[in-house]
Amino acid sequence: MNDGFAVRVKNLTKHYGQVVAVDHISFEVKQGELFGFLGPNGAGKTTTIRMLIGVIRKDHGEASVMGYPAGSLRAKQLSGVVPEMANAYIDLSGWDNLMLMAELYRTPVHVAKKQAEVLLHALGLYERKDSKTSTYSMGMRKRLLLAMALINDPQILFLDEPTSGLDVQSARAIREMLRNLRKEGKTIMLTTHNMDEAAELSDRVAIINRGRLVAVDTPDGLSITAGRVSLIDVSFDQPVDEKILARLPGVNRLETAQAIEDAEKLRAQMAMTGTSRPGGVGGGRGQMPSLSGRQISADGNEGAKRSGNRFRFYTENTTQLVNALVDFSRASSLNMNILNVRPPSLEDAFVRLTEEKSREK
Amino acid sequence: MRSDFGIIDQTIRSFTIARKSIRIFYAKGPVIVFGLLFPIFLFLSFTIGRNMTLDFMLPGFLGMILFFTATSISPVVVPWEAQARTLERLMSCPVRLETIIMGDVLASFAFGTAISLVPVVIGLALGITVSSPILFAFAIILAAICFASLGNVFSIPPTNIPATVNMIAAAVRFPVIFISGIFIPLDELPTWGQAISYISPLTYFTDIARNSIQGQSHLPLFVDFLALLGFTVLFLVVAMKMHQRTMPRRI
Repeated sequence: MNDGFAVRVKNLTKHYGQVVAVDHISFEVKQGELFGFLGPNGAGKTTTIRMLIGVIRKDHGEASVMGYPAGSLRAKQLSGVVPEMANAYIDLSGWDNLMLMAELYRTPVHVAKKQAEVLLHALGLYERKDSKTSTYSMGMRKRLLLAMALINDPQILFLDEPTSGLDVQSARAIREMLRNLRKEGKTIMLTTHNMDEAAELSDRVAIINRGRLVAVDTPDGLSITAGRVSLIDVSFDQPVDEKILARLPGVNRLETAQAIEDAEKLRAQMAMTGTSRPGGVGGGRGQMPSLSGRQISADGNEGAKRSGNRFRFYTENTTQLVNALVDFSRASSLNMNILNVRPPSLEDAFVRLTEEKSREK
Repeated sequence: MRSDFGIIDQTIRSFTIARKSIRIFYAKGPVIVFGLLFPIFLFLSFTIGRNMTLDFMLPGFLGMILFFTATSISPVVVPWEAQARTLERLMSCPVRLETIIMGDVLASFAFGTAISLVPVVIGLALGITVSSPILFAFAIILAAICFASLGNVFSIPPTNIPATVNMIAAAVRFPVIFISGIFIPLDELPTWGQAISYISPLTYFTDIARNSIQGQSHLPLFVDFLALLGFTVLFLVVAMKMHQRTMPRRI
């Protein structure tokens, strides 16, 4: 009935007044797949998930879950949901929240009790099962929400940022549970801001920006095709003039040690807010973002001469640049303490794709 | 899986929602005490010193308690749930919106009926007799469902601020008790006053209660019952239709 697809979405659209929150998106999620759904804040991820779980109605298009119309009772019965915000009943204990969900899904009591015990143990909540949820930490509540979503043994799970704002232990526990669920053959649709998490867990990812789907591929596929730009971290045994390094063949961009730190912060911020800036990570040759005045463009056009011994290069031609660096260090009698080539990442692809689409608009 | 998603299946799930609501929103000491005390003091403030007999006072008192308790919490349950973001969780479960609304109405009905037993027991202890106990009990049940449904109608505006909903509810609840024959018998009202009283569902319950306790009523009993039934259906239909429109705006 569902042709091997757990989710089918065709031209799905949702307006809020004049704002198009989701704009004719189409994609499919295979059964047993962990499908990452990525996008900056306000891109339309949560709206899409809410349409799929039947909390809000679509304006146009078609969507099905496990072969049934999205939002239908049959689709809901087969789904488990972890909404973005913690929303267990705080006046009830963890155990009672689970039993309430089990009753609402009409899971037989003896099955529900057994399942609840297994889940609470697996998520490290068993000791606190009789405490009111109001006394739970954020991490505990999120873990309880995952348990609530799994109490009916769903065939598909919709998770809206399940690890956002969590401590390392809670996030790990949830990721571990997701890995196990995938092994069990559950279909999982996951939204997250954490690119490493998406790259690590997802079989395929979709990137949505401003309501439009901009890419669907495997994390590696996206990284290579959309990321394009590799990072090369180099440390010399002596200070080197950045202007010289910036002129080496294959350099798209060059950052100093301090700028690397600033850039990481900015990239994380951009991924969260969806803001764009001219140029940007992985931008084409000559498109240099201005970060703390510490970046040197490929033509070396920066006023003050700066020097240091740690640098990060961005390049679309790794071989050419590595060869150039080796030649340069030999010619200058320098030793390279570190030469670390990092392939294009999903985060690079994400930033590039969301920036490109923003500029096109 | 035991689900065909038919009426019985959804009714079972609405009882689950009702039990949850009673536990979380109703079964609280302050709610119960306030549910009793507020109508008692309001009633006393209008009856003390007016030489009313107990058999005249009790139907009005019972009507007020039932009306106030059945409409006290139900208007704010949906805003509370939306604010706590449990509504989204509930709506993602395999339940119809009508099932959620029926669950809230059932919880409010149970609360109103349970609290209204207090004045009934007090009245019986003080020697009041009820002419037709089964009919009287049926009237209490029907009126409790009717008032609970009205309470749910108050929560239709898509605001998640309970105080706003309470204000809307108060704007309707207080005038209703003055036009429903609680303090002044309907026969003693002028024609225009009687005409206004017919738009209040509380009028018909009070009339049935007077018939059961005093043995006299303003309208024939079947008219009172039909009117209560009509208001119940109207409130339920309005609640279900209008919540369909406004509920997604709360999420």
